[in-house]
Amino acid sequence: MSLTNDYIKQRLVEKFGEAITSFEESFGVLSFTAPAALNLKVMQFLYDEEELQFRFLTDLTAVHYPHQVGAELAVVYHLYNFREKIRLRFKVFVPVAEPKVFTASKLFESANWMERESYDFFGVEFVGHPNLKRILNVDEMTYFPMRKEFPLEDQSRVDKDDEMFGR
Amino acid sequence: MLEQPHINLPQGSIEKQTTTLNLGPTHPATHGVFQNILEIDGERVVSAESTVGYIHRAFEKIAERRPYYQITPLTDRLNYCSSPINNMGWHLTVEKLLGIQTPKRVDYLRVIIMELARITDHLVCNGVVGVDTGAFTGFLYLMQYRELAYEIYEEICGSRLTTNIGRIGGFERNFTPAAFQKIEKFLAEYPKALKEFETLLTRNRIFVERTTGVGPISAERAMNYGFTGPNLRAAGVDYDVRIAQPYCSYEDFDFTIPVGSTGDCYDRFLVRNAEMWQSLSIIRQAMDKLKGLPEDVYHADVPAYYLPEKQDVYTKMEALIYHFKIIMGESDILPGELYNAVEGGNGELGFYLISDGGRSPYRLHFRRPCFIYYQAYPELVKGAMLSDAIICLSSLNLIAGELDA
Repeated sequence: MSLTNDYIKQRLVEKFGEAITSFEESFGVLSFTAPAALNLKVMQFLYDEEELQFRFLTDLTAVHYPHQVGAELAVVYHLYNFREKIRLRFKVFVPVAEPKVFTASKLFESANWMERESYDFFGVEFVGHPNLKRILNVDEMTYFPMRKEFPLEDQSRVDKDDEMFGR
Repeated sequence: MLEQPHINLPQGSIEKQTTTLNLGPTHPATHGVFQNILEIDGERVVSAESTVGYIHRAFEKIAERRPYYQITPLTDRLNYCSSPINNMGWHLTVEKLLGIQTPKRVDYLRVIIMELARITDHLVCNGVVGVDTGAFTGFLYLMQYRELAYEIYEEICGSRLTTNIGRIGGFERNFTPAAFQKIEKFLAEYPKALKEFETLLTRNRIFVERTTGVGPISAERAMNYGFTGPNLRAAGVDYDVRIAQPYCSYEDFDFTIPVGSTGDCYDRFLVRNAEMWQSLSIIRQAMDKLKGLPEDVYHADVPAYYLPEKQDVYTKMEALIYHFKIIMGESDILPGELYNAVEGGNGELGFYLISDGGRSPYRLHFRRPCFIYYQAYPELVKGAMLSDAIICLSSLNLIAGELDA
């Protein structure tokens, strides 16, 4: 148990320098942001390095931040190191107008369906994905339902007192 | 002489040597609503393609407008064979976000419920592997005790399948003496049934030959495919969230992680059986540990998040305010971002939660183990017989609710 978050951070800074930003540690998990063009390089580096060995893709999903103009969609990767039992999270931001991210399915087979799910709900286009089509929704769907522009409740409702209940 | 009538065969049917077979979405062998389009040559599977999404219910979207305590019933419906684990996983995630420390007794009570749920999950899966290989008896032996486990849930929370058990901060009420009696009964009687079940199948020559070498996967491929839980352990990787990242005081318990070697159906069966024995031992230990603890503690002391006693709501001002705030979903939630995982019946059940301080999560993502490992199915059954493909499907323990969320 010698691998620490500080050491991972140091190695990443040595390798990628300024490209990797917003390091933070929340609830003991190191998280950072990588540029969209580097996502595979970062993952490959974390995978290959003898001391890092992040060889398990725990989770891959997307988040929509409509207020961040030019970086509305985030793809979130959770990686895990079995030997040192350390988790790591990194995000890649892409504009909603051109949401292109390189696929991780060549490195991790498990990314295949998770990327299809992210495409299905957020419209993130994974460049190089072998079978990028909708997975849970119907194929005829023309929009990406998990984006924030589709609220669940009609916002124009007037029969509720917003001041009282904050809806 | 009558001329032989001309037979019109569909075009390409002679050149095409294989047959396409739809296994699902409502085929009894899939035990759930999902489809496999198998390309078979005689009885050998040439390729398989899976289609999921038949019971997609948009839980992640619905969760974005519900207050935190109303998300628990959504988690029930993920892996409905072990809903208490999902419920607890969600409570633990929110408690981690809010920094709530639960008393030891609450942790142990939760461990009892979670391990009971693990047993019910595994017994259904292993029973069904037996059913699919043609042995119905063992399944019924075990199913009797699922009924008893459900009675225990009923005694604690009032419901059986989709339990909505516990609250953020603890349990909604204390365990009754009847609940403890039933747990004791379960601990006394279930080992006998499990023993009998193992006698029927573990060394049964027909069963062993039907399951060994079926749907094998190497440790390396399993990790690459994102396998977790019993399916990964059957391939020989000793990864268990309960030990790797202990939660809910699992570090106080003494138990081992059973592992297999080949990752085939027989190993998965053995691993699940061995885990049931471990779970029984954990419940026993928890029951013993409970004896030394005060008997009236069943929730953490967090009045801002845990509903007050109904009697107090009618008579005390603070209780009324808290009650109102919690029910209306106006409790203060801290902004934050976390990933929390528990060891579910099928593997690592993760909750990725982003809170912006509002009444509902900004984003909630469920890492459903089934969804992730099901994509390995075509690789597992390639070249296998059709009947083996069906056993492989049941021994992976695919739960449609967890596939689709």
